[in-house]
Order: sequence, then C-alpha cells, then structure tokens
Amino acid sequence: MTHTFLMEIGLEEMPAHVVTPSRQQLVKRTQEFLQQNRLSYGKVSSFSTPRRLTVMVEELAAKQTDVKKEVRGPAKKIAQDADGNWTKAAQGFVRGQKMTTDDIIFKEQKGEEYVFLDKFIPGEPAKEVLTGMKDVITAMTFSTNMHWGDHDFEYIRPIHWIVALLDQVIVPFQVLDIKSGRKTQGHRFLGKAIELHQASDYLTVLEGQFVIADPAKRQAMIEAQIQKLVKANKWTVELDPDLLEEVVNLVEYPTAFSGTFAAKYLNMPDEVLITSMKDHQRYFYVRDQAGKLLPNFISVRNGNAEHLDNVISGNEKVLAARLEDAEFFYTEDQKQTIADYVARLKSVSFHDKIGTMYEKMQRVQLIAQALGEKVGLTADELTDLQRASEIYKFDLVTGMVGEFPELQGVMGEKYALLQGERPAVAQAIREHYLPISADGVLPESKVGAVLALADKFDSISSFFAVGMIPNGSNDPYALRRQAFGIVRILHDRQWHLSVTNFEQQMAQLLEKHQVTFNLDYGKNIQPIKQFMDDRMRQWFGNHQVNYDIVDAVLGGHNNDLMAMFDAAQVLGEQRQDTNFKESIEALTRVLRLADKANFGDQETLSVDPALFENDAEKNLYEAVKKVQEATPKHSVAENFVALRDLRPLIEAYFEATMVMVDDEKIRKNRLTQLAILARLIFTVANLNELIVK
Amino acid sequence: MDQKLNIQDMILTLQRYWSKQGCMLMEAYDTEKGAGTMSPYTFLRAIGPEPWNAAYVEPSRRPADGRYGENPNRLYQHHQFQVVMKPSPANIQELYLDSLRALGIDPLAHDIRFVEDNWENPSMGCAGVGWEVWLDGMEVSQFTYFQVVGGLNVRPVTSEITYGIERLASYIQDVNSVFDLEWGDGVKYGDIFKEPEFEHSKYSFEESNQDMLLQLFDMYENEAKKQIDNGLVHPAYDYILKCSHTFNLLDARGAVSVTERAGYLSRIRNMARAVARAFVAEREKLGFPLLKQDTEKKEEN
Repeated sequence: MTHTFLMEIGLEEMPAHVVTPSRQQLVKRTQEFLQQNRLSYGKVSSFSTPRRLTVMVEELAAKQTDVKKEVRGPAKKIAQDADGNWTKAAQGFVRGQKMTTDDIIFKEQKGEEYVFLDKFIPGEPAKEVLTGMKDVITAMTFSTNMHWGDHDFEYIRPIHWIVALLDQVIVPFQVLDIKSGRKTQGHRFLGKAIELHQASDYLTVLEGQFVIADPAKRQAMIEAQIQKLVKANKWTVELDPDLLEEVVNLVEYPTAFSGTFAAKYLNMPDEVLITSMKDHQRYFYVRDQAGKLLPNFISVRNGNAEHLDNVISGNEKVLAARLEDAEFFYTEDQKQTIADYVARLKSVSFHDKIGTMYEKMQRVQLIAQALGEKVGLTADELTDLQRASEIYKFDLVTGMVGEFPELQGVMGEKYALLQGERPAVAQAIREHYLPISADGVLPESKVGAVLALADKFDSISSFFAVGMIPNGSNDPYALRRQAFGIVRILHDRQWHLSVTNFEQQMAQLLEKHQVTFNLDYGKNIQPIKQFMDDRMRQWFGNHQVNYDIVDAVLGGHNNDLMAMFDAAQVLGEQRQDTNFKESIEALTRVLRLADKANFGDQETLSVDPALFENDAEKNLYEAVKKVQEATPKHSVAENFVALRDLRPLIEAYFEATMVMVDDEKIRKNRLTQLAILARLIFTVANLNELIVK
Repeated sequence: MDQKLNIQDMILTLQRYWSKQGCMLMEAYDTEKGAGTMSPYTFLRAIGPEPWNAAYVEPSRRPADGRYGENPNRLYQHHQFQVVMKPSPANIQELYLDSLRALGIDPLAHDIRFVEDNWENPSMGCAGVGWEVWLDGMEVSQFTYFQVVGGLNVRPVTSEITYGIERLASYIQDVNSVFDLEWGDGVKYGDIFKEPEFEHSKYSFEESNQDMLLQLFDMYENEAKKQIDNGLVHPAYDYILKCSHTFNLLDARGAVSVTERAGYLSRIRNMARAVARAFVAEREKLGFPLLKQDTEKKEEN
C-alpha cells in the first residue's frame, strides 16, 4: 500500500512575484529530500496562494528502501592473532557496525585479505524520515528575507502554521515555535481555521473555506470570469500574462468585476490610462471591437461576490483620483515649451560623476550626427536627427514623467507632437530608449535607431570614462543591456560600424567641440571594444552559432560588428562544403608560418617578385594581390570565398617552395608573402580557432 | 458603511482600540517632521533590545506635496496614525484587521489586500519589509516590519502600522475632497486647514528665504553633531529633525540641485546613524530599564 504526504507552509502574504518560483523550489527540494532519503514516490503536486506553499506527494512508500552494503574492516592479519583469535581491532570494528564477529567474512583486495561485513540497513518508516522535511522548509531561499518578533531566523514572511500529514497521521516536527499539525487556515475573511482529516482532502477542504489552492485553477477561474464580462459587454481584452500571474498570486478566492471611469479622461494618451490601470492598480483595461480604449476596467477581488457594489465603487473612486492627478499633470505640462524643459535639464544630473542631462545631450548631438552620416541618412533625416537629439530628454522634467517614470519617452513623443515637432522627431524621442530588454522591440525609424545608438554609446563611454565599469553581477546602469541593444540595432539595420574607430572618432569629436566636460573619452577604447565583443558573444550564443566559429570571429582582426555577423554566417554555411576541411587546413598552414615572421601589426609589407624561384610563388603572389585589392570593396562572405579559392595555389606553393630557407632575404620575402595573406585571413576570422574534422 | 465617523471619532476609536492592545497613547512630537516614523517614539525606540508599544497621531509635513489647498488629495501637511509594537506580535495582522472592524469597516463587505511594498527611508538609514494595505483598491495603511533603523540591524523587530487618516476618512465619510471631511462637531477639514495649506504652499514654493534656510541647515547640523558628541541624544535628534525639515523646504523651493540633493541626504543619514548608536549606548548605560520591567511584568503574571 502506498501513501500520500502533504506539507503546507502557512505564511503572511508573500509578494506576488515570489509565490510561483517558491512553489517550484519547494517541489525541487522535496524531490531531492525523498531521493536522498530513499523514499520512493509517484506523483508530486504543488499548490500556492499568497499565504501558503504546499507540496503533496502521492504513491509514497511506507518505508525507506532497505540497503545491503559491504563494509570493509581491518586486514586479516590485524583482525586475528597468530592463534586465529579475534583481536581488539576486529571486535571494535564489528561493534561499531552493530554486528558480531560471527558475521565476518574475508575477501581479498590487492593481494591482501580483509575483514568484510555484509551489512543490512533496514529502511526506516516514512513517518520518521519525513520529520526531516523541517530542513526542507528552513533551507528555502528567497530574494528578500525578513526578521520578525525576536527570532534570529529569516524567511520570506513570518510563518504561522505548518501542516504535515502522512495520510491521516501528523508527521511531527517544529520550526521556531510552530509545531506541525493538521490545522490549516481558510480565507482570511470568508473562511475559518479547520483541521484536515487526511492529506488527500486538502484541496476540497480548502475550497470549502474559500481558498482555491491550485494556482492553475485560480487562473482558469479568473480567465473565465473575465471572458464572461468581456462577452456580456462586447469588449475585447488583452490578458497580459505577467499581470495575470500577479493577480493569480494576489488572491486566494477570485471574483472578477468591472468598473467605469469618466470618459473625459480618454482625452489623455492611452499609455497614461493604461499605466494607471495596469501598473498602479493591477486592473485589466478593455477596448471596443475596433481596438479603441474604453472607459471601463476589470479587476479581481480576493473574495466572493457578496457586497461587490462596495468594492466596485471603491475601486472606481481610487482610479478617478489617479486619473484626475494625471490629467492635472497633462494640462500643466502643456503650459510650458520644450525649450523651457530643455533649459531645466541643466540642473538634472545624469550621474554625479559624469554631469548633467544637458551635457549628455550636447555630446549625443555630435555623436548622432557622425553616426547618421556614417550609416547614410538623408539630409532630411539628418535634420530630424539633429532636432531630436537637441531635445530628446526633455520629458524627464515634466510633471507626468515625474509621477509616472515608466512613461519616459512615451510622453516625450506625445508632448513633442502637441508642440508641433515633426512626427519623425517625436518618434525618435520615444524610440531612443529601445530596446528596453534583451528581446524588446527595436526602433522602427532610422532616425530613432541612430539616436538610440548615439545615446547608448555615450552612456557606455561616459561610465567607462569615470571608471564605473560593470563587473560580475554589478551593472547598476544596465550598460550591458545597452551594449546588447547596440549589437541588436546594428544587426537589424545591417549597418557597418567599427567600434574602435568609432570610439576614437567620438573622442576626437567631443574634444574638438569642447564637450568632454573634463572626461577622457579616448582612454577606454580597448576595454569598450572588449565589452562590445562580449555582447557579440552573447548575441551569437542566442543565435546558436557554434562556439568555435564565435571564437574564430572574435579572434579575428575585424572591428566592424556587421562584418562579424557576416563572417559567422559564411563560416557556418561553408562548413557544410565538402572541401571545407582542406581549405581551412591550407589557410591555417599559412597562419602558422606567418606567425613565425613576427611582423608588427602596422608594418608595411611588400613582396619582391625578383626573389621568386618558382612559378607557384608567382601564381600565389598574383592571386593574393587580386584578393587584396578586392577586399575593401567586397563583403566578408566574398572575401572568404576568394581566400578559400586560393587553396590549390597555396597547396602548389607549399609543394614547390621551402619557406624557412637559410638565405635570409628569400626567407623574409616568403614570410612576407604569407603574412600578407594572413592579414587578409584575419579580416574574416582567426581560422585557427575552427574545429575541422 | 453603517456609521460615518468624523475624524476625531476615528482617532478616538483607534486610540481606544490600540490602548486595549497594550499600546501607550503618546502625543504628537513637537518638532516638524515628514512622517510618524521620524518621531523619536518610533525611530529611537525601534532601536535596541527594549520592548516598546505605542500609538499616536503625527501631523506630517511634506512641503513638496503642497498644492495650495487646490488638489483634493494632496496636502502640505497630512495626519498619520502611527502604531509601533516591539517585538512584533505574532497576530499583528489580525490586530490591524480588527482595528478596521472597530472603524466600521467590515472586511466581508470590502476587498482588503496586503500588497508587497518594502519601505525605505534612505535619509534616516531605515529599511523595512511589508505591505501597503489596499481597501477596495485604495492604499489606506502602510504595514512594515523594520529591519534596519539608523543603519543598525534591529532585533527584536518593530512592527509599524501607519494609517493615512485623511485617506481612510475620505473612504469612511465617502467624500471626494479631503477638505469636505468632517473633523468634529460639524466643522470641516477645509475650515481648519485650507488656509494653512495655501499659505504653507505659497511659503514653501515662493516665499521661503533660501539663504536663511541654507544657513539654518548648516547651523542645525553643527548643533546636532556637537550634541551627539556631548552624549545628549534627544537634543541632537531634535536638530536632526530640523535639518530634515529644512532640507525638505529647500527641496520644495527647487533650491537643491540633483547632485547637491544626494549630498544633503547623506549628511542627514550620517547624523541619523550616529544618533542611533548614541541612543543604544545611552540605554545600555541605564541598563535597558524597559527590558527589566518587561521581565518583571512577565514574572508577576
């Protein structure tokens, strides 16, 4: 016969975002506990509400599996004296194992006979073993812990009760002053404390006390209730999964309801209304069939439908007050001009060590124009970019963004349009923050993309300039995310940009226009290149590029991020080619020999054809020259193909030519030839890193 | 709502209720401050091993929140009802919910939730874990288990409940503007506070003498530091409160740049930390008298 074990940890309300991961953690720890303790089990289910974390184990064995174990004791010569009597050593050993000398057998190991015991460890009853679940409770870890009362113990929230039942029997243990038992708590207001007769009754008993302990069921109830409201009113609703999960973890017994607000607030931008409803009140907003936002909302009460009118009118009142506030800011903000706001940015700090927002904008104006020209924006686009970069942070000092910081950029776009800015300028203001997460949307407009790049390059360069370089998990200004945004935007736009060249150009530009504000933008070019390379590695990793190709591409001498994407792609494709292995071997043979030449990176290399001794040398020389001339005009992929196609000539060259000859002049001439070729190879990648089979 | 309590009845109800739970009824502390937490009856008493149970109304001044008496919900000065209990009782949430019942708020007729909100007051070196309590979607109280006060890890832990009196009263009396609330005997909140709201807003935003305030801040800071050195904890603490309020006035006036802001806050924090340590030392010298009394009380029972 198998058994059911139930354990519920009763807590004060946990933060909504903690509930699901903690439930999963509890399952994992319980499974580990059961495995380590040799208790076989079938199904493990888990339940959670804001006030409880529960695990239920079904088909649990009545006792631990027995163990037969061979234990080695002393060597035979130590265990017995000359007369064959058991020595103290042998007697002590068997006593320690709770067996007798009669149980001793001898076995040979590495030519020596030893005392052995076939030990049998009978399984303990599950009820005894499960008292160890106390440690599962105390071992749980959370993102924030707290102390309470005068306990030294820390937990996510104070613990109030623990249920631990094996079928109908309490598994006794104690955490702090709380003894495990069979008593659980119902809904705070609708239910009462109640004793569980047996573990398997858990869900039903709690449901009788207005607690839906299964989060999947709560979610299904909420979804059905919302759909009912939506259908009855012919609305549409978008069930944001994050909000839905949060709401599921804010209630024990859900009842969805809808409320209204005054239609006059719809004059404000949708984003303002949505932020007030969704982020501040955890409401779902609704639209009509045509997608227009409606003056209604849906929320979920932690309770039943009794006195729902009170709840609705209370929530309507709260939302009205919030919207009233927002409308106040919306009206007030429009009384000032963009120029007023920009002037106020002079006293807004970007960072204490770096300077003000206004100073940052002065730098970004220059950087954006340089970038815009580099990526080929039209004259009109450059004009829009200039205007956008002069004002793009202005909304930070508006009342609305002060009150709703999450609307930065969004309000900038709205207010810019209201003040007659061109749509492209307004859009760029909003888009410069993008992407806001590793997989967030990218700017749709070119002007927005360039402004986003310029703003991010400036942030990274200025934090590096004051020595605030992210390390380990410490990246308070999300510079890694911004750098990754740069990588994604460049890839999305297929824009060519060499990080080191651009950083150098930027430093000179800022210097020339005297907007460095005493920071040295030129001194961190290599660390920034490394920082960007690491983000490239992340990008390649996300796109399943083989790591040897990633190493090869990052190990090359190519600075242009776009060319790195291309190089990775062409190497990935060419790998399928039948002659790939031979081609790479020929090219890496060149790299190995060129390495012996020890030419400096900047050294001018030229080959003297007069020193050639065979046709193979001449042929390679001419072919390489052609590739070399074509390289700047060609894509990385074309260059790689051209290099790959040199294989027969390289093979013929090595067939006919001894490179490391005694004649110094000839040797140097040949090494020079190979070094020139190696430099060309390195513009694609460091092919030495490739694994070819 | 069965009964529409006016504000003074609300306060009386809360006082009676918490007094029955063993809280001493203290009076508002007579130095300007931004929140009930900054009263020495919370800030200082939350530090150290001695038990402490107190409840009081605290008028709280936030110059930057002034709206000339024109905004129905925002005030230069609002009132908090503050309850602190140390060590935090195991049933503190139930005690709180019963206090709402005492005010005539039946949880079954409303939606009451504890929504995570970890509280922090960096200028006083304070941090805690807890919730805001939502009543039908409106935040009516802040519920905090103090973890750090004046930069010191605290044990035992103090539980703090802060009721926003105007908010709660607006709900109970069902009015849309705080100025329409009845304070007592038919007199409206607006009759008492509308003019002061206007004047304080005008003063804070337009008329305050910045040079004087800047000088005062320095003088108060010097005095606070000197008195910490002299071991005069309570006078020192009063001057720290004055620094804090003076800073708030400067801030409302826009006289403090973002960069300077951080500097001022850290000056206040340093003093708050020093006075917290001095307070523990002082109580220790006295032999933590409330701790002794507590033990004696328990032995008698």
